[in-house]
Amino acid sequence: MVMLRAPSRLQQFEGLPIIVVFALLLALFMYTAPQVFLQPFIYTTFLSTLPPLILLAVGLTFVIGAGEIDLSFPSIIAFSGFVFAVLFKEYDLGWLAVLAGLASGLIVGLLNGFLVARIGIPSFMATLATQFFWAGMATVLSGGKSYALRGADTTSVWQWIVGRPFAGSETIWIAQVPIQSLWTAIIAVLLWFILNRHRFGEHALFIGDSNAVSRVVGIDVEREKIKIFTLMGGLAAVAAIMLTLENKNYFGNQGQGYLLTAIASVLIGGTSIFGGRATIIGTMFGCFIIGMIEAGLVATGLTGAWVRTVQGLVFLISIIFYLYIDEPQRRNAFFARMRSSRPFGRTRAAG
Amino acid sequence: MTESNLAERPPEADYRHIVRLQGVQKFFGAVQALRDIDFSVGRNEIVGLIGDNGAGKSTLIKVLTGVLSPSSGRIFVRDQELDLTDYSVRMAHDLSIETVYQDKSLAEKQPLWRNFFVGRQITNRFGFIDIRRQKQIADQILKHAIGFRGVGITVDSTVANLSGGERQGIAIGRAMHYKADLIVLDEPTVALAVAEVRKVLDFVRRIKASGRACIYIEHNLAHVHEVADRLVVIDRGAIVAEVSPKDMSVTELTEYLIDLQHEP
Repeated sequence: MVMLRAPSRLQQFEGLPIIVVFALLLALFMYTAPQVFLQPFIYTTFLSTLPPLILLAVGLTFVIGAGEIDLSFPSIIAFSGFVFAVLFKEYDLGWLAVLAGLASGLIVGLLNGFLVARIGIPSFMATLATQFFWAGMATVLSGGKSYALRGADTTSVWQWIVGRPFAGSETIWIAQVPIQSLWTAIIAVLLWFILNRHRFGEHALFIGDSNAVSRVVGIDVEREKIKIFTLMGGLAAVAAIMLTLENKNYFGNQGQGYLLTAIASVLIGGTSIFGGRATIIGTMFGCFIIGMIEAGLVATGLTGAWVRTVQGLVFLISIIFYLYIDEPQRRNAFFARMRSSRPFGRTRAAG
Repeated sequence: MTESNLAERPPEADYRHIVRLQGVQKFFGAVQALRDIDFSVGRNEIVGLIGDNGAGKSTLIKVLTGVLSPSSGRIFVRDQELDLTDYSVRMAHDLSIETVYQDKSLAEKQPLWRNFFVGRQITNRFGFIDIRRQKQIADQILKHAIGFRGVGITVDSTVANLSGGERQGIAIGRAMHYKADLIVLDEPTVALAVAEVRKVLDFVRRIKASGRACIYIEHNLAHVHEVADRLVVIDRGAIVAEVSPKDMSVTELTEYLIDLQHEP
């Protein structure tokens, strides 16, 4: 009997472990907070609160899959949100404001890509710096003000981006279904195809696997990295516009809560922190879990203060899980360290 | 593709040298990695490239295969001069030059079918990959050209699951699939068991038998001496000698190289 050195059908089921965890968690919350989780309203609420997180996390799936990191997206949300809000409110530019907001995110992403790929700054440092820079820019330009977009819901921009297409429905929860959930789903599906079926996605994964191998097989590593950071910037801008419109308000720190939740969603989903392996489906369920923990704990009767603690714990457990399942060499190295520490202790005792 | 039609493929006869470098220099900042390199490989010649660590073997290969661009000098492929401003790995592939690096040819976490085609995917005009076709062809290469049957490896296996010899087999098989006229092997036998070394050396002979050319970089003099038609010795960025294996035994060659190290 030859040992099969290929993934089994079960292993090829994308995101399976995380889907199982999601189902268990959902069942748990249905049990602990049936008044919330057995009603449809919580799910329509998710449809309006999760899209920005999902867009960011899906973009980060490419970035992390390529072995890089982007810490600047909360500031892109602040900056692009500001560009959009000021043009939309003060200059009444409507769809042009949307385009300008999107363009600002793409440009910030492009600059990140340039710093990382052409100048060669490690992405952790480069995007940490640009995170401060663009948040600062947004504060300077807005003078620290927030922009209330009162009456925005009568505009076609609002209707098309965050409208309620079934607002006339008799059933309340159907009337509340927000259209951004549809746009987010379309973008996520498209990006799934790009990551798994498109040349660009394959290049991202090879770059994450090894820059040296990628160069040898003829991938333009620098150009692809710039594209990845630009994509991330664009998605953060879309998230910013959705957030600003959904809240009918722009405020400077509206992106801050997303830094860790988005990164956690990606890694919980099974994308490798070391690059080379990435899963959009995993990321989606990672987002569902992160979003659900918040609502679930509060509905179960714990205070909001517990939310971050539990999210952090889930994050940690999943990272260790993937390390053990998918990185056998790291697992072995861990056990080797454990073993080597014992003889060391004996030697000291003997001496 | 099968092994037999690899061998039957007639070589194109209208050129003398598959590749020729003339007066090539390469600087990394102030450091000169290659000086005045004149180097050529005949149409069906196996050239062994030997030299100490840091002598410039890898740099020479990288310049030749489009990974690095030379600081100055001229490169000819099939006697035609290249425009060095747009010479790249992709262009080298188009010119049927393939490189098998000791550990940089395959991406660890990716399945074999992606490794076979990355850089030249079969796509539609929007850039989406024809996965079914790629897997089909990869399966053919795996079973016929490389002969991986009954070892539990499929096109969905990741490279991480393969032994060192199997990896060389995959990389060389890929080069053969792309009908390379020149295959560059960068220390293919490093860290391989004896039985696997034999397989790789047989493969080098097969490259010769099929009418192709090969540049074989090797630390182990016995291995390269066994298969090469001509040995080129590189030291401190310059070519210092050309040796025919017929005229010099492995022992003499070893002594010669040691003497070289003691020169100022």
